[in-house]
Amino acid sequence: MTLDPITLSVIQAGLQQVCDEMDLSFSRAAFSPVIAEANDRSDGIYAAEDGALIAQGAGGLPVFVGTMQYSTATLVSMIASGKAAKPRPGDIYIVNDPYLGGTHLMDVRFARPFYRNGEIWCWLSNTGHWPDTGGAVPGGFSASATSVEQEGLRLPPVRLFKQGELDPEIYAIITSNIRVADQRIGDVKAQAAALLVGEERLNELLDRYGDETVRAAIAELRNRATIQMRAFLSEIPEGTYEATAWVDSDGVVNEPLAIRLSVAKIDDGLTFDFTGSSAPCAGPMNSVRATTLSSVYLAMRHIFPEVPMNAGAFAPLTITGIEGTFLDAQYPRPVSGCAAEVSQRIAEAVFAALVPALPDRITAAPAGTSGNFALGGHDPARGRDFVMYQLSGGGYGGNADHDGLANGCSTIGISKAPPIEIMEQAFPVLYRHYALHEGSGGAGEHRGGFGLDYELELRRGSARASFVMDHGRFGPQGVLGGRDGTPNQVTVWQSGQPHTPAHLSKEQDIPLAPGDRVHVRTPGGGGYGDPMKRAPEAVLEDVRLERYTPEQAEALFGVALIGTPPRIDPDRTAALRG
Amino acid sequence: MANDTSLERAAGAIVGVDVGGTFTDLVELDPATGRVRLAKVPSTLDNQAFGVLNALKHAGCDLAALDLIVHGTTTTTNAVLERKLSRTGLITTRGFRDVLELGRRTRPQAYGMKGEFTPLIPRDLRIEVPERMDSAGEVVTALDEDAVRAAGQRLLDMGCEAVVVHFLHSYANPSHELRAAEVLRSLWPNDYITVGHALLSESREFERGVTAAVNASVQPIIDRYIRRLTQELKNGGYHSDILVMNGNGGMVSAGRVALEAAKTVMSGPASGVMAAAYTGRKAGLPNLITYDMGGTSTDVALIRNAEPTVSNEIEIEYAMPIHVPMVDVRTVGAGGGSIARVNPAGLLEVGPESAGATPGPICYGRGGTEPTISDANLVLGRLDPSKFTGHTGVTVEHVRHIFEAELGAPLGVDATEAAAAVIRLGNMKMAGAIRMVSVSLGADPRDFALFAFGGAGPLHASALARELGIPRVLVPSRPGITNAIGCVVADLRHDFVRTLNAPLDTLDLTRLHGVFAEQAAEGEALIAAERITLRETRHLYSVDMQFIGQTHLLRVPLPGPDVSRKTLQQLFETAYFNRFRVQLDNIRANLVNVNCSVIGTRAELDLSTLIDPAERRETLAEAELSRRPVYFDGWHDTPVYWRDHLPTGFTLDGPAIVTQMDTTVLIEPGDRATGDANGNILIEIGGAA
Repeated sequence: MTLDPITLSVIQAGLQQVCDEMDLSFSRAAFSPVIAEANDRSDGIYAAEDGALIAQGAGGLPVFVGTMQYSTATLVSMIASGKAAKPRPGDIYIVNDPYLGGTHLMDVRFARPFYRNGEIWCWLSNTGHWPDTGGAVPGGFSASATSVEQEGLRLPPVRLFKQGELDPEIYAIITSNIRVADQRIGDVKAQAAALLVGEERLNELLDRYGDETVRAAIAELRNRATIQMRAFLSEIPEGTYEATAWVDSDGVVNEPLAIRLSVAKIDDGLTFDFTGSSAPCAGPMNSVRATTLSSVYLAMRHIFPEVPMNAGAFAPLTITGIEGTFLDAQYPRPVSGCAAEVSQRIAEAVFAALVPALPDRITAAPAGTSGNFALGGHDPARGRDFVMYQLSGGGYGGNADHDGLANGCSTIGISKAPPIEIMEQAFPVLYRHYALHEGSGGAGEHRGGFGLDYELELRRGSARASFVMDHGRFGPQGVLGGRDGTPNQVTVWQSGQPHTPAHLSKEQDIPLAPGDRVHVRTPGGGGYGDPMKRAPEAVLEDVRLERYTPEQAEALFGVALIGTPPRIDPDRTAALRG
Repeated sequence: MANDTSLERAAGAIVGVDVGGTFTDLVELDPATGRVRLAKVPSTLDNQAFGVLNALKHAGCDLAALDLIVHGTTTTTNAVLERKLSRTGLITTRGFRDVLELGRRTRPQAYGMKGEFTPLIPRDLRIEVPERMDSAGEVVTALDEDAVRAAGQRLLDMGCEAVVVHFLHSYANPSHELRAAEVLRSLWPNDYITVGHALLSESREFERGVTAAVNASVQPIIDRYIRRLTQELKNGGYHSDILVMNGNGGMVSAGRVALEAAKTVMSGPASGVMAAAYTGRKAGLPNLITYDMGGTSTDVALIRNAEPTVSNEIEIEYAMPIHVPMVDVRTVGAGGGSIARVNPAGLLEVGPESAGATPGPICYGRGGTEPTISDANLVLGRLDPSKFTGHTGVTVEHVRHIFEAELGAPLGVDATEAAAAVIRLGNMKMAGAIRMVSVSLGADPRDFALFAFGGAGPLHASALARELGIPRVLVPSRPGITNAIGCVVADLRHDFVRTLNAPLDTLDLTRLHGVFAEQAAEGEALIAAERITLRETRHLYSVDMQFIGQTHLLRVPLPGPDVSRKTLQQLFETAYFNRFRVQLDNIRANLVNVNCSVIGTRAELDLSTLIDPAERRETLAEAELSRRPVYFDGWHDTPVYWRDHLPTGFTLDGPAIVTQMDTTVLIEPGDRATGDANGNILIEIGGAA
């Protein structure tokens, strides 16, 4: 069947609408703030035969670009080979196994076969980040885990819902192994309800346009997305582009991990070769295959936001050389850092490699860490235990158009930080300050954005602080002559004495007593272009607003200031800038 | 008409005047005689008062004879969106001056790592002082009054006109904010002092701080503007009250407006929704989705039981939350100027880029070269070709040629089919966006009627209704001046929000009832202070609830203030199930906010004379202006009617076009349009014989 392009556009918009409504339904009904407010979830439609992505909701968390097609593909092949139970209408599979096309254990996937006339027509699937799936530490981010069993409960694809009914036995196993289990039913129901919304809306779409027309449109849209991606890639000159991005350490062994990337533009496709990247690591900074591929797709979508999300858009992108590296970790390597940290570093490698080819589209490196800080303890005033999480942003990279944004969210997320007042209501902490990380933006013609500088104090009881962050050793890279942003800095004050984690921004279970403090300064973004070319007036403005000191203005930007209020000293500036 | 003044004085005419981005619209209604005057003049955005006076003059209003002027202004909205604010300083808790700049850690778009954000108050005008409360409202660090004094002096020295005092946890204990304001009053030369907890006594320091900063930085602007307008009107002979529209769809007297200046932001769209609610109620259609399509964007709102949805969590642009109660108007980035392109994959795309007002669509003749939705309407004969070819110098042939070359050729179709595809895809995307708005508010669009207004709304409404499964469309008699009509029919309204944040099973019900009583009394007092004749005073009660462990809130309307624990639980569970289709049995509920709105309803107005009864013709044939070919699924010879000439109670089947001063109503084949007693057109989708 050949379809006219107008019908194609209409069906494309229709499929997108189905996914967007699933996203909306999931977030609105979800219980945990991670999903409801931070939108740490995604919904999509996947091909019956191979799980290939047909369409995905626009509001999904960026890290999930393309990931669910791997979990769905694995499920489809496991069903075919008898390793997973055969589906029936109304069934919903649950799976969170990172090695079966996943991310970290906390990202729990649901997949529901969508039937038309008794046949599976496609799969509807979604992922939601559960606040806990068991394991050594609440929340699942253990900085010192050495195997996946320490990270939480691992579920192979099993049917949590059977013909529309929740299986109480499987559910009981799950709730017996996770923390704050009584509230999880809210997320489970929301996640399942979103797939039901998708089923209703997709049925309406098929009834309206006809099954065969939509099937043909899906195939053609996949082709067209490939064409569109190739058209964008034609902006990149033929050649090979290289970059290395560094993960500080894995949390267990204090050695940097390298992501070595060579991008080759051949014909009208890109090959991303990761050969030479570090071997799998002992600690949780491993990535799994699905997350690594999806991180490359995510980076490309940051570069070309216009590309539609379906499997065809990924076809011109070939990813090789990950076998045997920490970017393709196998069971039982711990992986809790993969989606939150390693994925961002993979994206940075892609940005850094391609920025010379696409200087108008790509920024210098952003802060690139989720800033994961967890505080667990006992609050005697309320007579109960608590677990608090603080995720933080950092500075974005300077770019061709302007300076980097201050305190932007992680590259892989799009979520809001919790207000200080809400944190202080819920947990026995008092923030001392919550401010711009002054001086942290990497110098450049367009400088990096500033990170966040916060300090909090434990007011009562006892607690243990854990950090799974990164960019503590290496600041986010500057590009085209720009300087790196200031690295992440974590200091824990115990009885008035400062303690810096050996892994700089990773450590687990640091004991805190009342009055002890945690001080975090998140990275600034990388600078873009030669800082000596930054307009002196812009440097003066940064000093006037106390973002840099006059000394930094001289040392970093070659701009000398005199007087109070400060003004530019043109002669000395000229001398400094040569 | 202008010399017949004796009658006007006796009757007491009301004027509604709304300043929009392009036009200032005015309607004068004389309830005694039913006489109506209308005007549409260009807005004068630097000083909106000129446009207002000009509109009054154009309409022939006798200022001395008017009883009431209700004014909707974009002064504050524009000031915020364009950052043309008065110089404002912030005095805040030590360690937290950057809260307004750091925001809640996001970026403007999900994809693309670029983005900028300019805080409302620059860093050098944000000064910290020693003081600290904890979340229970206990003092951790005492307020340093000398530091407040010094900070105030420094801000004055730096040229600040307004000041915000914003301390952490002031919702729990406002004493430090209140004391600091008192200290400032001794040195600040004017009344422009905003304390953080005054407009919004809820936790969340960024949202509360931005709301306060917006208030302070527009306060001098609206104050000066209203004073000038009042004086000019007085000079013109006007000697009665001026009321100003707020974003909650209610009015407040000119003397009070600057106190809570932030509440006037986004009041323009709110008045349109108020007019819709009023018109819908009188037409027997109390459940409406309003659809106001303009050149660059489209505003959508939901009305249930003739009450517009009001929210106190509106974000008017990226990282700009204004948390005061506002009519929940959602803006969809599609309008008549949305640009159509064929992408590298050979697929048609409509939007999100827009030709905006300049250069605008090709047919505006202002240099636009890219095909837009408006141009497609012209190509298909839906817009009157003679209106454009006459004075813009752009011919339909020229537009057709561009459609042919830019869209038709790559798509393999002719200009007409390309234009039809642009309309089809544009409508589909707009319908999708409207659906998302209604679903996010827990509503199924099929249970609503579509209220179409704005320049382009009535042109697309029938197609959208069909796409959404909406059974009928309501087009008011004057779609182009709906906001001004909203001013005329709006009520006095005061909204109150108080945070209790307590589990339902241990909630002190006496306290809840007490809060409701206080809120109602405060609202009654404010309304009694206005010298406006009211038909009745109504109270709306609701609570915002959640299951414990959740962070988002669900608003639960209550039948009255005296509710039992059991009723609250039941109403919440029902509301939750209706919204999310999820039933959660064993999880306890939390009651977070207590809300009360006190509404002073004004006397009923008869809107049937908005179209002059004397203009009405006896038969449809007499109302027909002309016929022209219009493209639907093929070209149809289509009658064009002049709206004002349509007979009362007419019925006609599509295809038909009804044209009027500033809008075009499209009735598609298969649909039936009827005229009701109030001058509205009601389109039944698929209702043709």
